[in-house]
Amino acid sequence: MALEDKVRDIIVEQLGVNADQVKPEASFIEDLGADSLDTVELVMAFEEEFGQEIPDQDAEKLTTVGAVIEYLKGKNIGD
Amino acid sequence: MDKRRVVITGMGVVSPLGSDLETIWKRLTTGYSGARMITRFDASNMPTHFACEVIEFDVDAFIPKKEQRRMDAFCHYAVAAAKMAMKDSGLDLAQEDLFRCGCTVSSGIGGLQTLETQHSILRDKGPDRCSPFMIPQMIINMCAGLIAIDMKFKGPNFGVVSACATAAHSIGEAQRLIERGDADVMLAGGTEATICPLGIGGFSAMRALSTRNDDPTKASRPFDKDRDGFVMGEGSAVVVLEDLEHARKRGARIWCEVAGFGMTCDANHITAPAEGGEGAARAMVMAMKDAGVTPADIDYINAHGTSTELNDKFETAAIKTAMGPDRAYKVMVSSSKSMTGHLLGAAAGMETVVCALSMAKGVVTPTINYTTPDPECDLDYVPNTPRDFKIRACLNNSLGFGGHNASLCLKRVD
Repeated sequence: MALEDKVRDIIVEQLGVNADQVKPEASFIEDLGADSLDTVELVMAFEEEFGQEIPDQDAEKLTTVGAVIEYLKGKNIGD
Repeated sequence: MDKRRVVITGMGVVSPLGSDLETIWKRLTTGYSGARMITRFDASNMPTHFACEVIEFDVDAFIPKKEQRRMDAFCHYAVAAAKMAMKDSGLDLAQEDLFRCGCTVSSGIGGLQTLETQHSILRDKGPDRCSPFMIPQMIINMCAGLIAIDMKFKGPNFGVVSACATAAHSIGEAQRLIERGDADVMLAGGTEATICPLGIGGFSAMRALSTRNDDPTKASRPFDKDRDGFVMGEGSAVVVLEDLEHARKRGARIWCEVAGFGMTCDANHITAPAEGGEGAARAMVMAMKDAGVTPADIDYINAHGTSTELNDKFETAAIKTAMGPDRAYKVMVSSSKSMTGHLLGAAAGMETVVCALSMAKGVVTPTINYTTPDPECDLDYVPNTPRDFKIRACLNNSLGFGGHNASLCLKRVD
């Protein structure tokens, strides 16, 4: 499964949204109805799935779907 | 000015006897036991292998998937029971002043399943993997918080906690909030979801649970000589309490009146009841006084009746003290826990619903599995078969670890 698909599935599962809402520009809080606790849990789910620690200072910047995908790609995940 | 009167206008239940009032009533009057082998987890290494699990409950019908994931089971049950109670009441919230609507639905133990799961994560994966929802998921007051969020109730709201007397204190406190004019509508009652390894393990360690593993449906036998402990139940029962005038103005169906409330403490021992049930007796006397009735007016007592050696003996003694030696033998006493198991913090909610249904239907529900009399328990326990009787007023007793005693006096409203 491509990185983008895995990320989308996690978001769908965690936030209870439809897959077609999970666009690269979608903001977790503004567009996908997440609150601050959801975003903490979401980052934990990414860490689990990809075996990649995401420090808090990085996690704070991951506010959109696209930002997460770019960040993980930058860590050479999904190549 | 006369005290405001408080009535029950709606009821909702998620229970081991089913999750709608008609089904539950049918089972209460046909001697159905909710006990069965535990399906939630492998209990084969526990001293007790059975419990009264919630049946016929579809959480998806009440709570969206995303919200479900951030709630413990005790909140699933409570939110669902609250929604059913509101529906049963016929209240139209668009017509209500939501600042005068509140909630005291609570739990005896809270999110034990969440604690169990998250502790395993802490141990196996470290603190970084603990859920950010762990704390809001397990704290007891969250069921009242979640119900308020769902209903947009902005009035009084908090969690009343007194172990197995929780729902009685919840209903009693809510009654008083309405009585003194702080609210017009309150959701009250209890919820519990402790059929999990820590729950069964913890109560087993106290030797509180029946170990009749070869015959679970006969295990809960309150007041019977061969009783050997309680049977763990789970679920939620929530009632809508309403100012009588408010209810009459909208033409509501009235189940019964919550006419009196008494609460005391044994101040004696963390788990054992006081000798002779003196604390429980005082709670019953207070509830009758609060309701303006005497023992002669009480036709029925829904006992705490857990099926433990000490509870049943001392509660019997308490009833004799409170009702007087003559009336004690004339009043009907039964334990719903013979059928439902012990719903802990939800028990008094469940039993308030039983009392209300009994008054509405003109039938007293039995104590099942009663076969061998115990000389220390010699009252009329309505053994095994229901009895036709138009109850005028009844008491609903609850006794909690910590020595908490609560008694509600419920009256029929004609």
